[in-house]
Amino acid sequence: MGQRTALYDAHIASDAKIVDFGGWDMPIHYGSQLKEHNLVRTDAGMFDVSHMTVVDVTGSDACAYLQYLLANDVAKLAAEGKALYSGMLNEQGGVIDDLIVYRADALGGYRVVVNCATREKDLAWMNKQTANFEVSLSEQPDLAMIAVQGPNAIAKAQQAVAANASAVIASLSIFQGLPCEDWFIGRTGYTGEDGLEIMIPASEVAAVWHKLLAAGVKPAGLGARDTLRLEAGMNLYGNDMDETISPWQANMGWTLALKDQRDFIGKAALLEEQARGIEYKMVGLVLETRGVMRSHQKIIFTASDKQGEITSGTFSPTLQQSIAMARVPANAGNECAVDMRGRAVPVRMVTMPFVRNGQKVYK
Amino acid sequence: MAQVPANLKYVASHEWIRDEGNGVVTVGITDFAQEALGDIVFIELPEVGSEVNKDDSIAVVESVKAASDIYAPISGEIIEINEELVDAPERANEEPYDGAWFFKVKLSEASEMEALLSAEDYAAACE
Repeated sequence: MGQRTALYDAHIASDAKIVDFGGWDMPIHYGSQLKEHNLVRTDAGMFDVSHMTVVDVTGSDACAYLQYLLANDVAKLAAEGKALYSGMLNEQGGVIDDLIVYRADALGGYRVVVNCATREKDLAWMNKQTANFEVSLSEQPDLAMIAVQGPNAIAKAQQAVAANASAVIASLSIFQGLPCEDWFIGRTGYTGEDGLEIMIPASEVAAVWHKLLAAGVKPAGLGARDTLRLEAGMNLYGNDMDETISPWQANMGWTLALKDQRDFIGKAALLEEQARGIEYKMVGLVLETRGVMRSHQKIIFTASDKQGEITSGTFSPTLQQSIAMARVPANAGNECAVDMRGRAVPVRMVTMPFVRNGQKVYK
Repeated sequence: MAQVPANLKYVASHEWIRDEGNGVVTVGITDFAQEALGDIVFIELPEVGSEVNKDDSIAVVESVKAASDIYAPISGEIIEINEELVDAPERANEEPYDGAWFFKVKLSEASEMEALLSAEDYAAACE
């Protein structure tokens, strides 16, 4: 038996199929991953993401510390409530983890949300880097988290929460987050739809989940979460990048704040790689024939002997065909095929995301 | 708990076999198999008229989660395939024993029927 979130009993009550996920017993689906996926694209679904790791960064050097720790620049967070996506890199420029940081003045600094499977190494790394800063890190293990996602997510969530939380929700622009008493509400997500990620004390979370159910928000499992994020062109740590891969090669170049004098961990390596020439890039692939692309399948090019590799592949319920992310040679052209069980199947290279707000958007 | 109808025969690779008499059997995948695969999105079936040997990989089921080979549980000739299933693969999740049969085989080695598992033995093998 793994660790269980405060919503475990609620999952069982909704007939969840439970699987091990990084040491946690989590719902993979509640009957049909496809139906849950489509519900998030067309209405509203909710995910238990209580296994995610929340760390508050406070102290007089909180900003300077995060500017050194992260490849994106928290100085961009010009006002309370703004959020930023960033990689946390090692000295070699490899990605230790990807994360979201919210500027949370009311909490005395910043709130950082990192992945569950990387929790221990992240906390060790973050603690190690505090040495020269007046800063303290406090993990918030008593916070559970529900992600409510979909075109109707915000309206339905507002029906399910108290008036003060509903007012905070109404005040949030996309990619902002604010505290509401001991809750923290972010208008963020991992699906490519509008929605919220609501951090709630574990003792209260089951009651909120039931109110959301009553408001017509259906539970969705980690299976749908994966197909939704892949359609949205969002990376999954451990699949699409890891400590041996730089942001340049993981479609995260846009998260690198390199234009000023600020030094951060991994910067020198990133600049050196850029100067040398970045060898691989991450692209989207669409299979216009039948079949499903899977991670680790090889990509073969007409114009190069070098191969690429799929990092995440699935069937896209929205597009009704297979999509994938692949790391491919930077200068091998666009003409390629995927090696599917020994057959070279032509595949189309596209710019991600594949889907945003329920619609096909790739070119 | 996965359903295992008593009137069918089974193989350990999770195909079911229904004896239609006159040397013909119908083959599909079990409830246990569809549940383990999750949502099924593509099914490739063998060609009608092809000769298959027991344990050959002759069809593919792709779910959101994984690709799985389907094996011939018995040797013979493929005399019919369920074309409707190709257009509506989700039926293999919804009704694995009824509408979602895969193919029919005209047996070439009738004695192979004796090696198939009973419902009871298959259910025990799934535990």
